[in-house]
Amino acid sequence: MPAEAATGARMTIAGDPASVRAGLCALMAAPPLAGLPSDLRQDAELVLAEVLNNIAEHAYAAGPGPIEVQLLPDRGGFACIVRDRGTAMPGGTLPAGLPPSPDGPNPPEGGFGWHLIRSLVQDLSYVRDAAGNKLTFRISRC
Amino acid sequence: MQIETDTSGGYLAVTVTGDRIDAAGAIQFKEAMRQAIQDPASRVVLDLSRVAFLDSSGLGAVVAVKKLLAPGRDLELSGLTPGVAKVFRLTRMDSIFTIHSVLPEPLRDAG
Repeated sequence: MPAEAATGARMTIAGDPASVRAGLCALMAAPPLAGLPSDLRQDAELVLAEVLNNIAEHAYAAGPGPIEVQLLPDRGGFACIVRDRGTAMPGGTLPAGLPPSPDGPNPPEGGFGWHLIRSLVQDLSYVRDAAGNKLTFRISRC
Repeated sequence: MQIETDTSGGYLAVTVTGDRIDAAGAIQFKEAMRQAIQDPASRVVLDLSRVAFLDSSGLGAVVAVKKLLAPGRDLELSGLTPGVAKVFRLTRMDSIFTIHSVLPEPLRDAG
């Protein structure tokens, strides 16, 4: 077995909120996420929750399907590849993730997800191909 | 989603006893809070000290509860753990809540 596979993780999670919660807890308990410093662990859990729930809610809006998550140790943190077979991102590109304004009499109850993701990851990219959606990013200190 | 309420301090303290408010639990949280705030206490403080994880759905649910109380009453927060505080800070939603480090002292005339 290659050394990389010994400390990486690969998991297929069903695209619904309860399965996302269970899968996320399992990912957090295993390498490489289990061994990260607490601040990077916090960021990892939040970003993965946002990414996976976005897929469950939007890409699989028409019906559930599998989400494949692959994690590899990288630069003191980890690199992540997430694949799904759901519908493409609107316009074929990632949302800008501009944060909704908290000001005014009617504060926002949503629209935070991509802002949080973009605030916490590096090297974010998205590709749509015949296999579906592929999102990659990295969480590390550099 | 489990919550506990306590009015012995002269205000309504609502403690979330589960350790996460996420996409799988946000609706139940909102419904539990809707029940809890039937109590007519003018001051409502949500104790999040046992919540280790909150995502954008959980954040949206907390904001929704604040809006349920308006007009006339407001939602205050207490005991944000580091990961939860970060979500409020990154979204700037910390600017619309009064946030306590621990639950406020009981009112003097509480009884």
